[in-house]
Amino acid sequence: MTSMQRVLTTLAHQEPDRVPLFLLTTLHGARELGLSIRDYFSRSEHVVEGQMRLLSKYRSDCLYAFYYAALEVEAFGGETLFIDDGPPNTGMPILRRSEDIDRLEPPRVAETSCLCRVLETIRRLKERVGDTVPIIGAAISPFSLPIMQMGFDRYLELIYEQPQRFDRLMAINQTFCVDWANAQLAAGATAVGYFDPMASSTIIPRDLYLKTGHRVAMETLARINGPTATHLASGRGLGIVDDIAATKTAAIGVSALEDLAEWKTATRGRLTLLGNLNGVTMRHWTATLAESEVRGAIAKAGRGGGFILADNHGEIPWQVPEDVLLAIRDVVDRWGCYPLDWVE
Amino acid sequence: MDEFSSELYEALVSLDRLRAETLFQQAIGHKPPMQVIEELIVPALEQLGEKWNAGQIALSQIYMSSRICEDMVERVLPSMASGRKGHRHLAIVVLSDYHLLGKRIVLSVMRASGFDIFDYGRMDVDELVERVLADEVKILLISVLMLPAALKVKELRSALDAKGSRVRIAVGGAPFLFDPDLWREVGADAMGRTAADAVAIVHRWMEEMA
Repeated sequence: MTSMQRVLTTLAHQEPDRVPLFLLTTLHGARELGLSIRDYFSRSEHVVEGQMRLLSKYRSDCLYAFYYAALEVEAFGGETLFIDDGPPNTGMPILRRSEDIDRLEPPRVAETSCLCRVLETIRRLKERVGDTVPIIGAAISPFSLPIMQMGFDRYLELIYEQPQRFDRLMAINQTFCVDWANAQLAAGATAVGYFDPMASSTIIPRDLYLKTGHRVAMETLARINGPTATHLASGRGLGIVDDIAATKTAAIGVSALEDLAEWKTATRGRLTLLGNLNGVTMRHWTATLAESEVRGAIAKAGRGGGFILADNHGEIPWQVPEDVLLAIRDVVDRWGCYPLDWVE
Repeated sequence: MDEFSSELYEALVSLDRLRAETLFQQAIGHKPPMQVIEELIVPALEQLGEKWNAGQIALSQIYMSSRICEDMVERVLPSMASGRKGHRHLAIVVLSDYHLLGKRIVLSVMRASGFDIFDYGRMDVDELVERVLADEVKILLISVLMLPAALKVKELRSALDAKGSRVRIAVGGAPFLFDPDLWREVGADAMGRTAADAVAIVHRWMEEMA
C-alpha cells in the first residue's frame, strides 16, 4: 500500500497493511538542512526539501505542511519571535484592548506573504508526491486563535464577561479559518489539522464549550471543503468525545494524559485516533522504551483500523533525537503489521 | 475543609462572585484577615487545585476563581501590608517564554493566600540572575509552557550557583506535568502541579528557612 492508501483505509475504520505512522516533525527539517529555524521557515523551498528528506529518512505516512502556530497571528499583523531550539512564539498581542476587536478585519489569504509561503510549500510537495502520500495542512481554530491574538488571561475574561465582543471575534476568525483551510486544500493538502486546544476539558468546562467553541467548530468545519482532524494539542478530550464526533471531524489527537483504550471504546467507528506518544519524555527514550511505548499504543488502539500512531501534541519537539525517531519507525515496522495477532 | 470553606469552593467553581464575596465578608466580620485567608481561602483554593489535578475542573475556572479570591483579599490586606507573608524574599517569573497565564494564576493564588511576591513578568536567564541577586530572593517560582523554556531552568540554576546564590527554585507548567522527572533534570528544588502546590511549597520552605 502507499501511505495514502494506508491512511485512507484506516480513516474508513478498516485495517490497512500496517498501522500508519505520522511523525509530525516540523523543526527537524531545519536540522536536516543545517539551517537555523528562522532561515528554514523563510523560504518554501527549504520546507519542501526538509519535509522530503524527513519523509525519506523516517518513512512517515504523511508530509506535514504546518510551519508554526504564530504564523496565523503574523497574518493578522503580529510579530513572530524565533528561538534556536523550539517553535517560534507570538510577540505582543495584536489585540491589546478588547475594544480592538471592534476594528479587527480578517487577513486576505492570497495577499498575505507568510500564508502564501505555506501554500507554495503544499503545491510543491504535491508536485513531488502526487497522490501517494497525504499532505497535512493546519489551521488554528477560531476559538483557539485568540489565545495568541490577545493573551490567554484576557481571552478568558472576554469569554466570561463580553459575549458580544467574543461573538464578533469568532465571526472574524471563522472567516479567516475557513479561507485559510480551504486555500490549503485547494493547493493540494489532503486534510487539515484543526488545532483547538481551547476546546479541551483541560482548559474550559464542557457546558461553556458547548455554548462557545463547539458551536464555532460545528459552523467552521461544515464550511471547510475537505477532511479535518481535530487536535487538542495535548489537552484532555474524553469528556467531550461525543461533542467532537458531532462536528464531523474525521480524526482526533489524543493526549498522553488519557488512555488510548478508553478513547478507542468511546469512539469506535466514529473517529480515527491520532496519538498518543509523549513528546516530552520521548527525548530520553531508549530503543527498549520506544518499543514498549509504541507497542502499548498499537495494542490499545490498533485493532480494526481507525488509528494513526503519532505524538500527542501535533509536533515532535526539536529536542527529540534522530535515533529515537528511527527507533519508533523500526518498532512500527516490526509490530504494526495487520492483522495484529500479537494483541491479546 | 469546613462547611464554610466548602461553600466558598462551590461559589468559586461556579464563578459566583457575589456568593463568594458574601461568605468572605461574613468571615471578615469575626476574624482577622490572615486567619480568614488561612481557614477559608487557602482550603478552597487547595480543593480547586486537587480537582484541576484530577482533570475534574478546567483551567478557565481556576483562573477566574483565583482572580475573585485575589480581589477579595487585596481589599482587606493590600500589597505590602504588614500582615502579608514573604516580604522581599519571594519572586515569580515566566522564564524565556511568552505564555503568561500560568504565572498569572499562581500569582493570584499566592496573593489570595496572603503572600507578597515580586512579579518579575517575563525574563531571560541573564536578566533574571541579576534580579534574583539584587533583590536577595530566597524563593523563586518559575512558570513555563514550552519545553525549551523548561530546559532553560538548568542554565539558570548553573548561573545562580556560579554566583553563590542559594535561592530555592520551584517550577511549574505543562512540560513538568508531561515529564515528572524533568524538574530534577533541570536542577529545580521542587515542582508544583497546581497553584495551590506552590503555596504549600512556599509555606514549607519559609518554615525551614525561619
